[in-house]
Amino acid sequence: MIASLATAAILAAQFLLLLGMGMAIIRMMRGPRAQDRVLALDALTIDGMLLLLTVGIRTGSILYVEAGLIIALLGFAATAAFAKFLLRGEVIE
Amino acid sequence: MSALAALPPWVALVIGVLVFAGALLACIGSFGLLRLTTFYRRVHAPTLGTTLGMYLLLAGTIVFFWAGEGRPGLHVILIGVCVTVTTPISLMLLARAALDRDRRAGTTGVPAAETPDPEVGRTGSKR
Repeated sequence: MIASLATAAILAAQFLLLLGMGMAIIRMMRGPRAQDRVLALDALTIDGMLLLLTVGIRTGSILYVEAGLIIALLGFAATAAFAKFLLRGEVIE
Repeated sequence: MSALAALPPWVALVIGVLVFAGALLACIGSFGLLRLTTFYRRVHAPTLGTTLGMYLLLAGTIVFFWAGEGRPGLHVILIGVCVTVTTPISLMLLARAALDRDRRAGTTGVPAAETPDPEVGRTGSKR
C-alpha cells in the first residue's frame, strides 16, 4: 500500500513538473522582451531535466540520469550564449 | 513502478516524499516566473527550483539508486555540482545583458551606469 502511495507521489511530481514546464512555455510565448524568453528557456531546461530524473526513478534505469546531466550542461551553454548575444549582438567575437 | 515496489516500504515512502517536495518547489518557481511583474523580480523565481527543489529531487534519486542497486549514482551528484555552479553564472550574465539593454533603451527606474570611469565611458561609447 505504501509502495503504491510512493508511486502516486512520483506521478504527482511528474504532473507538477509538467505544469511548471507549461508555465515556463507560457512565459516564453508571452514575455515582453527577449531576456524574459531566455529566462523562461532556462527554467524550461531545468524542469525538463528534473522530469527526466523522475522518469529514471519510475523505470529504474540510470541512463535517464546521464541524459539529464547532458541536458543540464546544454541548457547552461544555451543560456550563456543567448545572454552573450543579447549583450553584444554576436556570440563569438 | 516495479522498481519502486521492490524496495522496502519506508524507503519507497522517503523517495516519494523527497521527489514530490522537489517537484513542488520547482513548480512554485515556474509559477513565480509566470506571475511576477518585472524581469528583475522574475529572474529570482526559477532559482527556487534550481537550488532546493533540485537538491531534494536529487536526494530522492540517490536514495533510490542506493537502495535499488547498492551504489549511489555518482552521475546524480555530478548533476548537482554542475547545476549549482552554472546557474548563478548564467543568470548573472542574463541580468547583466538585461540591464545593458534597458540602459540602451532608456528605460526609467534602472540604475545608471557607474560613475565617471574613463574605461567604462570608452567601451560604452564604442558600443
